[in-house]
Amino acid sequence: MVHWSAEEKRLIASLWSKVNVEECGAEALARLLIVYPWTQRFFDNFGNLSSPTTIIGNPRVRAHGKKVLTSFGEAVKNLDNTKKCFAQLSKLHCEKLHVDPENFRLLGDILIIVLAAHFGKDFAPACQSTRQKMVHVVAHALAHEYR
Amino acid sequence: MVLSANDKTNVKGLFGKIGGAIEDLGGEALDRLFLAYPQTKTYFPHFDLHQGSAQIKAHGKKVAAALVEACNHIDDIAGALSKLSDLHAQKLRVDPVNFKLLGHCFLVVVAAHHPSLLTPEVHASLDKFLCAVGNVLTAKYR
Repeated sequence: MVHWSAEEKRLIASLWSKVNVEECGAEALARLLIVYPWTQRFFDNFGNLSSPTTIIGNPRVRAHGKKVLTSFGEAVKNLDNTKKCFAQLSKLHCEKLHVDPENFRLLGDILIIVLAAHFGKDFAPACQSTRQKMVHVVAHALAHEYR
Repeated sequence: MVLSANDKTNVKGLFGKIGGAIEDLGGEALDRLFLAYPQTKTYFPHFDLHQGSAQIKAHGKKVAAALVEACNHIDDIAGALSKLSDLHAQKLRVDPVNFKLLGHCFLVVVAAHHPSLLTPEVHASLDKFLCAVGNVLTAKYR
């Protein structure tokens, strides 16, 4: 089980309360598809993904990005129980969506970059370090049910 | 990362000695990949992934053939695997991390089946060669 210090929990909760989930989610997913274009393989039915502009403006990308980050918010509320919290989602991603868990790691790192861009100096090294731990824990929980 | 003259000699020598058996090594490497790294199965939802299945054997032969092709054109792996590189970039889009995993499994099967051939020097050369192949296959990803 992952151990979170009181300070880590405080940093995570404090930052999360200021995150615009819809905007950050949309941006994170768009950047994933732009920076690592092979990740588009899961979204062939999302319509026009032909350029960074169309990806950023694609309403399905925006909506799905919001969905993904909203789900991430569940982890913030369940820091001590992420594997149980994401068990169903993990099975879904393995058995139905067939998503390589490497993509969770890629998206986690993109999210951190998006947060850094939004929060600037407020995204201090200690904050980043805690978030890195968190995205790692979420990625691990989402991969946990893969067989 | 560049393959030295020694690396090329080592890899060609190894493949020469393994000969036709390499086809089965390909299949076994895939079996091991799917077992040790179950997330890699996500790229084959259309396959029967039971150990030793006909589909895995057939695909293993394809993978082995590509490695042999790369070995036979070791001075221009990019040229030899150009079409495969296009395929992976445009259609398959297998995440780059997986080429390291399969490379590792291939090393394991060579070690298991031909321990005397896989001296430390040959091991290093083969590892570099497999890295080079992975790099070529992902070179056009972006």
